[in-house]
Amino acid sequence: MINHLLANGGAGGTNLDPLFDEGLFWILAVLAVSAAIGMILVRQAVHCALMLAVVMLSLAVMYAMQGAPFLAFVQVIVYTGAVLMLFLFVVMLIGVNSAESLKETITGQRLWASLAGIGLAVLLVVGIGHAAIGTAAPTTSAEGADNLTGIAKLIFTTYVFPFEITSALLITAALGAMVLAHRERTSPKPTQREVARRKIESGQVAPEPPPGVYALHNAVDMPAMLPDGTTTDRSVSAAIIQRDVELGRDPQGDLAGDLAAGERIDEERQIEAGALGRDDQ
Amino acid sequence: MSPAHYIFLAVILFVIGAVGVLVRRNAILIFMSIELMLNACNLAFVTFARMHGNLDGQVVAFFVMVVAAAEVVVGLAILMAIYRARRSASVDDANLLKN
Repeated sequence: MINHLLANGGAGGTNLDPLFDEGLFWILAVLAVSAAIGMILVRQAVHCALMLAVVMLSLAVMYAMQGAPFLAFVQVIVYTGAVLMLFLFVVMLIGVNSAESLKETITGQRLWASLAGIGLAVLLVVGIGHAAIGTAAPTTSAEGADNLTGIAKLIFTTYVFPFEITSALLITAALGAMVLAHRERTSPKPTQREVARRKIESGQVAPEPPPGVYALHNAVDMPAMLPDGTTTDRSVSAAIIQRDVELGRDPQGDLAGDLAAGERIDEERQIEAGALGRDDQ
Repeated sequence: MSPAHYIFLAVILFVIGAVGVLVRRNAILIFMSIELMLNACNLAFVTFARMHGNLDGQVVAFFVMVVAAAEVVVGLAILMAIYRARRSASVDDANLLKN
């Protein structure tokens, strides 16, 4: 499809099959608007980011339809690739569970926001409806195969000064991010001696046991079996224990309480026994 | 499709983004709504470029993308700094200047 779009340069109805053009537009428009509405309604930040990705990808295809193949790819690479990944990183750092509280701090905030939105929409639609939006200009070669060359020529001739300023902006942004993300160390860095002393004083010299009951399970939610045959939940991450609680499982990982695990163990024992039997023969 | 359709789609997306900025209180989600508004503007720029049959609109949209990327980098860094200090990403909690 992309080839089809790019070959035609999104000719706005002249080369592109009008029916195809129209159908694609409506599919993408409905997709983009519903994803955008979903974006302001869903509570989870990750879902919100995924909805935004849908909007951005639909817009990328629309750019390709409108004779801007370069921008279509930049949209996918820069926006969907880089910017959205950055958002997801921050969501991850701040905590996926930090869903908003639904309590309104300003009374009637949602109502007034929707009213303001409707007002803005009416204002813009009426204003643009009165403006004479012409039809698409006849397709030039700049929209099709020469799109990249045309943009490069414009950037490095007419817009060369804004382009130079852009580089300054990017450097400033990178420096700003580094300065803002830098954390001053308030306490001195612990020396090797202090770390060793703390370890001995804590009573546990060896590292925490890794998860997984050996020989039977190799899963991160399974507590480790200590040499004396007991299990320890210190080996399982707190987040996984919390997830187990949310799913209604036994967070202690007591195998008797986990029916599925018990069945698996029986099965594995049978297999083991069978293997041993074969070895004996 | 005629350019008018694309322009109206851009208007709808822009308004949805604006409502998102007003309704949401988690700073990350507000940022995402702003990105939506920028994307809507880009769609309008590309459509205008096609309408006039030249590439200036596309170049402007390209610059908007660059500025948006820089803005996101700095904005999210500020967000991280606020989160480290207040343990919250809600814009209601950043009220030290109040009173």
